Amino acid sequence: MRKTNNIILETAIKVLLFFIVLYSVYIFTAGHYYPGGGFIGGLMTAGAIVLLLITYDIKTVEKILPVNYRILTGIGLLFAIGTSAGSLFFDVPFLTHAFGDVQLPILGEVSLHTATLFDLGVYLVVVGVTMTIIQTIGEDE
Amino acid sequence: MSSLHLAILAPLIVSIFIPLFYKIFRRIHTGWFVLPLPILLFVYFLSILPITMSGKSLIKIINWIPSLGINFTVKVDGLGLLFSLLITGIGALVVLYSIYYLAKNKEKLNHFYVYLLLFMGAMLGVVLSDNLIVMYAFWELTSFSSFLLIGYWYERDKSRYGAQKSMLITVFGGLAMLGGFILLYIMTGTFSFTELMSQANDIFNHALFVPALLCILLGAFTKSAQFPFYIWLPDAMEAPTPVSAYLHSATMVKAGIYLVARFTPVFGEHYLWFWLVTGVGILTMIWGSVFAVKQTDLKAILAFSTVSQLGLIMSLLGAGAAAHHYKFLDENIFTVAVTAAIFHLINHATFKGSLFMVAGIVDHETGTRDIRKLGGLIHFMPITFTISIIGAFSMAGLPPFNGFLSKEMFFTAMVHVTEMDIFNLETWGILFPVFAWIASIFTFVYSMILVFKTFTGKYQPEKLEKIPHEASIGLLISPAILVSLVIIFGFFPNLLSDSLISPAMASILPSLLGAGEEFKVHISFWHGINIELFMTLGVIILGVFLYQTLSRWKPIYKSIPEKLALNRFYDFLIEGVQSGSYTFTKSYMNGSIRSYLVYVFAFFIFILATTLIGKNAITFDTSNVSSIGVYEVILAIFVVLGSICILFAKSRMTSIILLGAVGYTVSLFYVLFRAPDLALTQLVIETISVALFLVCFYHLPKLRKFETRMSFKLTNALISIGVGAVVTLIALSAHSSKLFDSISQYYVENTYKEAAGKNMVNVILVDFRGFDTLFEITVLAIASLGIFGMIKLRLNRRKEG
Repeated sequence: MRKTNNIILETAIKVLLFFIVLYSVYIFTAGHYYPGGGFIGGLMTAGAIVLLLITYDIKTVEKILPVNYRILTGIGLLFAIGTSAGSLFFDVPFLTHAFGDVQLPILGEVSLHTATLFDLGVYLVVVGVTMTIIQTIGEDE
Repeated sequence: MSSLHLAILAPLIVSIFIPLFYKIFRRIHTGWFVLPLPILLFVYFLSILPITMSGKSLIKIINWIPSLGINFTVKVDGLGLLFSLLITGIGALVVLYSIYYLAKNKEKLNHFYVYLLLFMGAMLGVVLSDNLIVMYAFWELTSFSSFLLIGYWYERDKSRYGAQKSMLITVFGGLAMLGGFILLYIMTGTFSFTELMSQANDIFNHALFVPALLCILLGAFTKSAQFPFYIWLPDAMEAPTPVSAYLHSATMVKAGIYLVARFTPVFGEHYLWFWLVTGVGILTMIWGSVFAVKQTDLKAILAFSTVSQLGLIMSLLGAGAAAHHYKFLDENIFTVAVTAAIFHLINHATFKGSLFMVAGIVDHETGTRDIRKLGGLIHFMPITFTISIIGAFSMAGLPPFNGFLSKEMFFTAMVHVTEMDIFNLETWGILFPVFAWIASIFTFVYSMILVFKTFTGKYQPEKLEKIPHEASIGLLISPAILVSLVIIFGFFPNLLSDSLISPAMASILPSLLGAGEEFKVHISFWHGINIELFMTLGVIILGVFLYQTLSRWKPIYKSIPEKLALNRFYDFLIEGVQSGSYTFTKSYMNGSIRSYLVYVFAFFIFILATTLIGKNAITFDTSNVSSIGVYEVILAIFVVLGSICILFAKSRMTSIILLGAVGYTVSLFYVLFRAPDLALTQLVIETISVALFLVCFYHLPKLRKFETRMSFKLTNALISIGVGAVVTLIALSAHSSKLFDSISQYYVENTYKEAAGKNMVNVILVDFRGFDTLFEITVLAIASLGIFGMIKLRLNRRKEG
């Protein structure tokens, strides 16, 4: 492809990328109480990477983020299924979640929830799937 | 989770770690890591033996989907334990054998042992599950693992052919069985086997009884390779020999036998059950034994012999089920059939397992399994010869081995059939002992072929790929253990009668037992001079005669026309289905996404519009409508304007951007309606899909001439308007008709109480409707892999030219 001059985007994204990714992680973790969750968080992270793809090219992005997104999808599915099946070990039906408040050093009292682990699976699958599709179609030229 | 559940799942859990063992410890044969598991499980199941011996059973429940009556209920009774011991015991020996059979640096051991463990766990699940649906799941898993193991050397055409064949036939039967289970559920309202048994009388008088019986028998017959479904078993011999010994003779093919035994208390009293199980069984037995003589490959002989022996056990179970008609325990001469079935089941596992292993050894040490090339190996492989002669004599039914005992009992049972005064057996019953006797003669003949054509006769070194020598000690241990069992069970058959046979009989014929009673089983060598003895003598005399004159009459097989073979029929069917579906699919799949969208949306309009009109569901009710504000009107105008502009856009780039604009505007609607989650999702989705469009942009065809044709535009316009109209109608009607209270109140109340979350949307996604999410992400993952596969495949092909 012909080289285009998008110096503004290239400069801006170096800063913006971190904000988008950080925000997407925030949105993911906030999900249980405030708007957000794994699906939106994952899509937003994927959006950040897509922005990177548009600014640079696929080869450069692969160098910056050498991630095999198909494996990422697999790990995500493992998280989701693992969390769901984990409940079987406690003699409760599949996909029963547990939660509680835990006293952690430094952070103080935090409420933890196994649903977050499940959601992490969703997050990873969404990132993996979106990027697999975009990457394979993008490479096919 | 109880230790019983863990025992079933242990093989599946260990299988996850096999690739790790294989990668990290390359120098140690992976089999050594697998071996302890079946041994441990065997010991564990032995420890349960006293419970089943006292007539009790062990039940442990894990609630899985209690609302649908599907629970992971494990029940160990006599029958289940017998099979579990077989699975783990033979499993341990097979793993040991495979360590020496499969070279560690040539074979894909990580695949092999994962499949093998998958099978072991699945098979334990089949025989120990009390819930029919759970059992069905495990049942199909055994079919899958068998498919993978047959196709283990997948670079060979025949392996793939055999794997596909076994898969198609056994899964077809499995689905029929599932149908039978569902029919049983309709009749009784339960999937639990224990509860089913207590309602056996109601089932018997139900209209769906016969369909359920036929469906379940279809499952059993396909799995246990009964006529005419047996054709997959000879082709399954493409699997490595340890697999043939394990799955395709000792365990998996006996799942059908297990199923028949399990369902005998429910279906056994019906005449169809007797005629089908006994009739098909005896037909399979004679068919298998006659065609085993024709084979020239050692494993093919063994495959047909397995088919025949499975038929034998099947026919015994059918004859034993008739004992239900004679409701007394003492002097009930018909229960001997069930005793014989179980005894022969055990015996078959021992002698056939050892014979398969011997066939593997011969193949391993000489490079061929063709009896036309083999001969005179007795001088090179004396130990192997000893093992095989004991195994083969036991199979032929010669004393003093265990096969003799069960064969005698088989004759007894078949002779008793003629004494039954039910089901018109007075007239046709005589056929059963006659068929049994003829089949046994052929069994004798192929048993002799197996041993003497391989080990005696002329040694032909020029036809062998390797110089034969005795197998290594590791290869010999497992068959030697099995053969010693053949001898031990031959001399001391009553070791088994109280420990395994009697409890298993109690599971098959529970209605004959009163409280605290048990079956008295005593097996003895000498029954006096009776008809069975003469039958055995006749088998030996005629068998020897036929073996001696084999070369004279074997050419008769050539006169059987190839065209009539069942395999031809199968191939014809498969090809027909393939070419038929190809032509059909080709007729409407023209490769253009536009046409597919037309199909999809036309169908969409058709089905929804007819439902709406047919159900009289179109209603308008404006009583519960909020007022429309200025913002909504502005946004709506934007959406409409944007959509109209797309229609007149001259380039694709413009339409993509306009489409994005419409999408973003819709997300603003969500903001107005205070649905931040939806708004966020819509925004991000819109961004990603515009990006995707831009990526695809490169590949889209140019806007072409014919698109300006009137007819093309007219169809598209009609369909678009149709979709719009239908969706609008549904939305309005859905709002206007409230058939029941909204579920939202439930979520409002329970989101924090039950799930400790404050964001209702997300809690629904991950908790209340977590199953949906789980399936959705799985579908997403599969879709992405599909896209990856399709595009990469095309890329690779292009590179290769």
